[in-house]
Amino acid sequence: MTRYIVRRVLVIPLILFGATLLVFFFLQFLSPTERSALWLRDLPKNQAAWDAVIKKYCLDCPIHIQYWNWLVGVKDPMTGKITGGVLRGDLGYSRTGNEAVVDVIKRRFPATLELALWAVIPVIGGGIWLGVQSAVHHNKPIDQISRVFSIVGWSFPTFVFGLLILMFFYAKLQWFLPGRLSDWATAVVLDPKQFHAYTQLNTIDSLLNGRFDILWDSVRHLILPVLTLAYVDWALLLRVTRSSMLETLRQDYVTTARAKGLAEKTVINTHARPNALIPVATTAGFTVIVLLNGVVITETVFNYPGIGSAAAEAAVNLDVVTTLGFILFNGVILILANLIVDILYVLIDPRVTLD
Amino acid sequence: MIDNKNEDKPQKMDEEKLGQASPEEIVDDLSVRPIPKLQQVLGPEGYHLIKGIATNPLSITGLIIMSFFILISIFAPLIAPPPQPKDPYIIPRDGFSHDPKPPGTVWTRNPPPKAFWLKPLTGSDKWVHLLGTTSGQWDVFYGVVWGTHTAFYTGLVVTFAMVLIGLLIGSIAAYYGGIIDMVLMRITDIFLAFPYLVAALTLSAIITPLFGKSLWPAMTALIVFGWMGYARLVRGDILSVRERDYVTAARVIGAKDSRILIRHILPNAIFPTLVWASMDIGSVVLSFAALSFLGVGVEVGYADWGQIIAFARSWITHLSEYWYIVVYPGIALVLFVLAWNLIGDAIRDIFDPRMRGTKT
Repeated sequence: MTRYIVRRVLVIPLILFGATLLVFFFLQFLSPTERSALWLRDLPKNQAAWDAVIKKYCLDCPIHIQYWNWLVGVKDPMTGKITGGVLRGDLGYSRTGNEAVVDVIKRRFPATLELALWAVIPVIGGGIWLGVQSAVHHNKPIDQISRVFSIVGWSFPTFVFGLLILMFFYAKLQWFLPGRLSDWATAVVLDPKQFHAYTQLNTIDSLLNGRFDILWDSVRHLILPVLTLAYVDWALLLRVTRSSMLETLRQDYVTTARAKGLAEKTVINTHARPNALIPVATTAGFTVIVLLNGVVITETVFNYPGIGSAAAEAAVNLDVVTTLGFILFNGVILILANLIVDILYVLIDPRVTLD
Repeated sequence: MIDNKNEDKPQKMDEEKLGQASPEEIVDDLSVRPIPKLQQVLGPEGYHLIKGIATNPLSITGLIIMSFFILISIFAPLIAPPPQPKDPYIIPRDGFSHDPKPPGTVWTRNPPPKAFWLKPLTGSDKWVHLLGTTSGQWDVFYGVVWGTHTAFYTGLVVTFAMVLIGLLIGSIAAYYGGIIDMVLMRITDIFLAFPYLVAALTLSAIITPLFGKSLWPAMTALIVFGWMGYARLVRGDILSVRERDYVTAARVIGAKDSRILIRHILPNAIFPTLVWASMDIGSVVLSFAALSFLGVGVEVGYADWGQIIAFARSWITHLSEYWYIVVYPGIALVLFVLAWNLIGDAIRDIFDPRMRGTKT
């Protein structure tokens, strides 16, 4: 077991290395001018300054040197200050965000995290619960309805869904709002005298500060994007859970449990469901992908200031350095998520033989 | 369900004949099971597939919706005659005013040629904006009709290209094995290390300056980050087919690698890939529309559903007033993807060995 985990962890640097190679390869499509955003805040004004920049950051060097510089940064021989360097956490300068890419990510990530965390609740609660119900009541109305729901949900584009509920609950009813907080609430949250930002997650911070008006405001802003983000994943998990549960219910040990005279509830909850959830756990990695993808669209639709909308904005404005920063960040999240899923999988399923 | 019918029929016929026929005939019947003519033409797998699709209510629904879209795209030049037949994908616009206009507004500035159905159906001679206009006065109806072309084109081309690359990489990896296999599969892993849509978004931003604004940046990006599933699938299937006797036989005769791969292995390994592809077309169309919605890819005013819906982004506070910008292209997109998913789902069920003989 330990050997498997160690081996699995050791692969991570290799994949990360490959991922950086791929991102770096994409960078080669850019002109040196565009690539200079990796190192510089302001573009040089004249040709002489320009040449100096190219020389300093070795923008016309052989490719492996450029890659190395991109990874570790360039040291200024005069001041000894290091600029750039992905490994140092410097992803360059974002033209669209008007600050360092890392700062954009730092500033905007809590909003995205809050959105994703809240979305996980309906996804797991709704998707898995409904999937189990639908398998247990196979071909009954609840099964038929949830099947239709899941296939329609799977075909429904996130942005159309988001715009439709926005049309109804915001434009028409004014119940829920786009954005992250109302203006007055933003002013309160940003004021250190009135509000202490413990976690940067508004829903939790407002509770810790005892400001229920802010909690209500952030919930009003969160409900629509959370629904939008959740329902695709929801449809997916429902399908996976349902088919896995159906298969488990046909197993001999379930028949045995029933034959022993156990209550149907015990059979389902303690004998069938835990086993049926094992394949569901393997799709958790995919769930993370769906969330990361969904965040881009959901945040754009709802004007929600997270990293997804920043990435979309950067991409539309062809600010490649920023988008590559985001894709690298996303890649790291995904690789780590997959690692955790793989390890969990071994832990929860004793039947998996290692090596 | 489908399987049972398929297998039951010949048996039933046998039983019916049992009562009347002479012993010789029975022997005859049992030894040569009647094979329907269609099955002789299509082969057992193909027959199984066609029969399954034609008997499943969900896939029939899918087929009906799909034929509706096919008809629209074939007759698009008649339904919404383009002002410039050479370049029908540019949506005609009625002036440049900022506010969208509701369905039924009369077309004032440079209306396109009138459609044949206009007079008999509406009784008037004037072109109206049937489904309203977007900001900038692009006609939604025209965009929805010609958007079917874009949807078919992007969905089929991207999926085809992904399958092709997957076939190439997967079969090379599986056939040669060893170090080649390892390297190719690690490359696949690296491409899988990024979330699909985010990666495609980035790549289309990078290559837009190279291609210019068109369908190609987004399509290329979707292909580059979409082939990995196919490569893995093909590799797995080939690995299981590779050890069969007929492959060894071909090798013994002295057939070339490429011939063994193309003539003997691939035809036997390709079926699951095609099933997967049929399920994938819907999501490819969705991803493309999403990229278009975000604003990478086609230029403003191109007949593409995602691009039309993107106009709604500047009217979030007025959505209940300008609903037609979202609802009409949205319905087209949802139905289109739903049709592919229904068909793909049915195909998957037909070939899923775990589903055989179950009533699902």
